Amino acid sequence: MAKKIKAAIIGPGNIGMDLMFKLMKSEYIELEMVVGIIPESEGLALARENGYKTSHEGIKAILGNKEIKIVFDATGAKPHLMHAPLLKEDGKIAIDLTPAAVGPYVVPPVNLGEHIDSPNINMVTCGGQATVPIVAAINEVADVEYAEIVATISSRSAGPGTRQNIDEFTQTTARALEVIGGAEKGKAIIILNPAEPPIIMRDTVYTKVKNPDEKAIRDAVEKMVAKVQEYVPGYRSKVPPIVDGDKVTTMLEVEGAGDYLPKYSGNLDIMTAAAKAVGERIAKKLLEETAKEVV
Amino acid sequence: MKKYIRIVDTTLRDGMHAVSHQFTPDDMAEIAEGLDRAGIDTIEIGHGDGLGGSSYQYGFAAASDEEYLKTVSRVLKNAKLDILLLPGIGTMKELELAAKYDAKVARIATHVTEADIGEQHIKLAKELGMEAIGFLMMVHMVPPEKVAEQAKLFESYGADRVYITDSAGAMTPKDVVARIKAVKEAVSIPVGYHAHNNLSLAMANTLVAVEAGADMVDATCKGLGAGAGNTQTEVLVAVLDKLGYSTGVDLYKIMDVADDIVAPKMKRPQVIDKNSLSIGYAGVYGSFLLHALRGAEKFNVDARDILVECGRRKTVGGQEDMIIDVAYELSQKRRAKLANC
Repeated sequence: MAKKIKAAIIGPGNIGMDLMFKLMKSEYIELEMVVGIIPESEGLALARENGYKTSHEGIKAILGNKEIKIVFDATGAKPHLMHAPLLKEDGKIAIDLTPAAVGPYVVPPVNLGEHIDSPNINMVTCGGQATVPIVAAINEVADVEYAEIVATISSRSAGPGTRQNIDEFTQTTARALEVIGGAEKGKAIIILNPAEPPIIMRDTVYTKVKNPDEKAIRDAVEKMVAKVQEYVPGYRSKVPPIVDGDKVTTMLEVEGAGDYLPKYSGNLDIMTAAAKAVGERIAKKLLEETAKEVV
Repeated sequence: MKKYIRIVDTTLRDGMHAVSHQFTPDDMAEIAEGLDRAGIDTIEIGHGDGLGGSSYQYGFAAASDEEYLKTVSRVLKNAKLDILLLPGIGTMKELELAAKYDAKVARIATHVTEADIGEQHIKLAKELGMEAIGFLMMVHMVPPEKVAEQAKLFESYGADRVYITDSAGAMTPKDVVARIKAVKEAVSIPVGYHAHNNLSLAMANTLVAVEAGADMVDATCKGLGAGAGNTQTEVLVAVLDKLGYSTGVDLYKIMDVADDIVAPKMKRPQVIDKNSLSIGYAGVYGSFLLHALRGAEKFNVDARDILVECGRRKTVGGQEDMIIDVAYELSQKRRAKLANC
């Protein structure tokens, strides 16, 4: 099999840097380059220190480089809307960590298989990554009519992008609960908590189900938690599903791996971990295809 | 001339907490009509947690935001219709809906340290031609300078006014004065104050806030509201009158609304009991009260233990799910203890 698939990161902010540290350990992806638009960016300096090529010319530095097959975009919704067509034209697969939603929403343990060939994949939101798997698992065995999630994150882990576009979080997450989670109707709430030391991300998932079989629900949730733990080790069920009539309440906690960002910011960790999981599946597929061609 | 104090009656919003958000649109219309007739300047309506609040997390309301807005806007003649919106719960879509039904005032509520999540909503309210108010909640959790810093943020977004809100009813008069003064010094827009009565200080705190320069204050008929409730509208009208302020409210008429229309619709007496007192003492968001009582019953633990633990964990407004978490943990701990015996 060929060595590894080359990739680049656009956006050397918190998310981009955490992803960089995660990709260092990848079996299938070789991070080639990190690009930004500010020459004196701390992130770019950190990328250079770690031996990666960098550029402050943004996406221009990546376009035309045929070796780079996968590009992670950790900028913002507006820049990604510009980047998406350029990357597509250049034959690169885009993994979008912004709320732009150019491509289909993907939550790895639920629907990655369906979209593995898509040229652009959107990672939804942190709340979506944490809660959609649970809703999908419950839906599978109990048929979810309504799903409502409450994500509580530490104020410190919410950057200016999240803050200025908080409606995007609630609307995108709610939609993902419906489209991928399978709920007939979804609702999302986000709360920022400024407590010091910062709190770990917490998520509460409420569902209204048609078939409240407690044992089946508990088993399905337990299995799904284990699946998410494969790529987010700090993901855990805090209170196992409480079934109360047709209402099911599940509580989760997401502790980050502490690769670059502190452990409390599990909300950022689950985004970068999911993006890495998607990137690796795609890279693996590309490697297998190349291997076949050689034969 | 007497100094005018603008009263916002929030019986139909904060009071919704006390009736588990079960006022019907007709109940609201009947009360709102009475408040309007009595001369109340501004009437806030909606789910207790604001637009979009109807949920498992906070309780489902008896009707949708749209049904409430539609029904109440029809009966108002002079009073301004006001809504509350907590970014993260409600969105700009709901704000547009409120504007469609002629809401004139939008209060954008954030935790006291998170004003920046309300920037877009303040700006949209202004674009929609509404009076935009930045509503800082749980102000007891931070020192006055921090409150002032966040008030300035709201002012920079174009807010017409900023509110100092004691959501936990945890402040003493000294705390209130320090925060009102700090904010008055920091901003050039007017300042409002919202009290809760968990420590039996709602009226006293409202008065010291007015003395310190707040010219808009919140109240509810019969004191109906989260926790031990709010400053009581009809009493406030009487007290402000005795102190030489004008409110534009007819005392007898507002007394009649409170006793004849609101009181018969109450589900439980609005009093300070051991649980609401614990909220004020522990500094926990007032609307946790009924959720804590339900959690206590379900998991067979003391509601006060839940509330105090929520305070220790520095929960903020909106974190009602923490109550289940805490109640569950307390019940597990107790079970472990029993097992050890």
